[in-house]
Amino acid sequence: MVDKIVFFAAAAACLAGAVGVIWSKNPVHSALSLVGTLFGIAIHFVNLGAHFLAAVQVVVYAGAIVVLFLFVIMLLGVDKAEQLEVDPLGGQRPAAAVVAIAGVALLALLAVRGVQVTTGESSKIAALDSGPSNIVLLGRALFTDYVFAFEVTSVLLVIAVVGAVVMARRAPKDEVSAQ
Amino acid sequence: MFAADPLFSTGIDFGVVLIALAKSIIGFLFVLIGVIFMIWFERKLIADFQNRIGPNRAGPWGMLQTLADGIKLIFKEDLRPDGSDSLVFRLAPYLSVVPAFLTFTIVPIGGIFTGAHQGTVHLFGHDTFLQVADPPIGVLFLLAMSSIGIYGAMLAGWASGSKYPLLGSVRASASMISYEAALGLSVVSVVLMSGSLTTHDIVAAQASGGSILDWNIVVTAFVPFVVFCIAATAELNRPPFDFAEAEQELVGGFHTEYSSMRFGMFYLAEFMNTITMSAIIVTLFLGGPSGPIGPGPDQVWPFFWFLLKLLVFLAAFVWVRGTVPRYRYDQLMDLGWKRLIPISLMWLLFIAGIRIGRDQNWSPVLVPLAAIGLGALTVGLLAGSMRTAAIRREQSDEDDLGEVSA
Repeated sequence: MVDKIVFFAAAAACLAGAVGVIWSKNPVHSALSLVGTLFGIAIHFVNLGAHFLAAVQVVVYAGAIVVLFLFVIMLLGVDKAEQLEVDPLGGQRPAAAVVAIAGVALLALLAVRGVQVTTGESSKIAALDSGPSNIVLLGRALFTDYVFAFEVTSVLLVIAVVGAVVMARRAPKDEVSAQ
Repeated sequence: MFAADPLFSTGIDFGVVLIALAKSIIGFLFVLIGVIFMIWFERKLIADFQNRIGPNRAGPWGMLQTLADGIKLIFKEDLRPDGSDSLVFRLAPYLSVVPAFLTFTIVPIGGIFTGAHQGTVHLFGHDTFLQVADPPIGVLFLLAMSSIGIYGAMLAGWASGSKYPLLGSVRASASMISYEAALGLSVVSVVLMSGSLTTHDIVAAQASGGSILDWNIVVTAFVPFVVFCIAATAELNRPPFDFAEAEQELVGGFHTEYSSMRFGMFYLAEFMNTITMSAIIVTLFLGGPSGPIGPGPDQVWPFFWFLLKLLVFLAAFVWVRGTVPRYRYDQLMDLGWKRLIPISLMWLLFIAGIRIGRDQNWSPVLVPLAAIGLGALTVGLLAGSMRTAAIRREQSDEDDLGEVSA
């Protein structure tokens, strides 16, 4: 009973945020609406007993990624209302309509054939309610079964950092001569 | 949902709801009264440091000064600049205050943790912890809330539609984001030694032995504690890291354009955060409410120890403010990225290595030695690379100067 109430409240928050992202003319308002959506998803995670994912959702997405968005929006000075009459990309609107119809069709298909696609079993790495806390299960899964994927991801992140540093670095000779 | 608290283990009835409600209200009042006290305490102590008298008119020793200031703020005119974004301008103060209070909910402020009590208190036929909530994510909640707190500072500066607040908010959010890494890494050391994320279990792990040697400040060997204290000061934007509102440079920082109670809310959030951070330091490193139980009603003693430890840190924050001059912005970034993060990362690996060595019954001499050797190598490489970078930067600067003058 309670979980259904929480589900609908969180789902409403998610949808309101998502609509806000599209509807707001000001990019900062859009980014803030995105935070609303991310919070709704975090509440869904708590509702499913995935507390750790909820915390990560808030720390990483709401706390780091959207803050980065906001930084870019504020410091690049694009925080003015958008001019919406002209499409920057030709054919953007028809393409969006096609994707939207496809998405709705997929959802309708899932709703109609819902019995066959949801198994009703709890997930393998984090049980819905019993057992040790999810962080224990998640840690064990990450560092045993999925350790290779985990290490590859960390290598990817290191490459990204090194790449960012190299790209941001001022080449001492070239720049002076270019001036 | 928050299954760890025995309050909810027997199902939810009217009494349980009442206790949960009472705990929330008492927690809120505790922080609010704490803020009123803290503002007076800080002003009085700073006055002593600077050979002044400080507030001395309202009430005994000026203790009611904060209350008078609060009433004044409520009745002041509420201004909003023309160029501001009305929705975000009004939202920002709440985004500062709410996370500041919510963080306090995970702090255990009392309860005997030795013996059979396990930190529970018997109230109206129910066992419960003396903390508003004990979520399974525990200290991660602290990190989540401090990352939400960034929004308050950031949006306040942007929404004001004026330049100094924007600069202040960029500084504030940049420092908060940079120091969150060091903060998180030193928290991980604590979690590693305590074996749990929840604040209740962290306190229980420290209090189990009943001696100071079990406190995390000793168990994690002091380094994470120091890193956490420095990072917390930066996270709070308190002096010596208060360049976000450096008066000489930025008028008043991100809340320059705020007046009346909206300014009051930022002020409130700042002091709430100070109290909460001190409480978190006490919880994570100094055993929370644990301490010897003296004569008299035994449940009063943990609360007394908690308040005493809290007061030490509040006084320390004021002391630092009274004595250390403000850092420059680049010095702060240097300290955060080039010192604190490498130190806390290295210490985390060191502690993890020793922990694994203990679990696997490896030699208790060789493991620390190998760890220290590896650590020294890392420090050497890091220092070498920083030095090389500094030399190259100097050279390229000289080249630049040469070209310009030629």
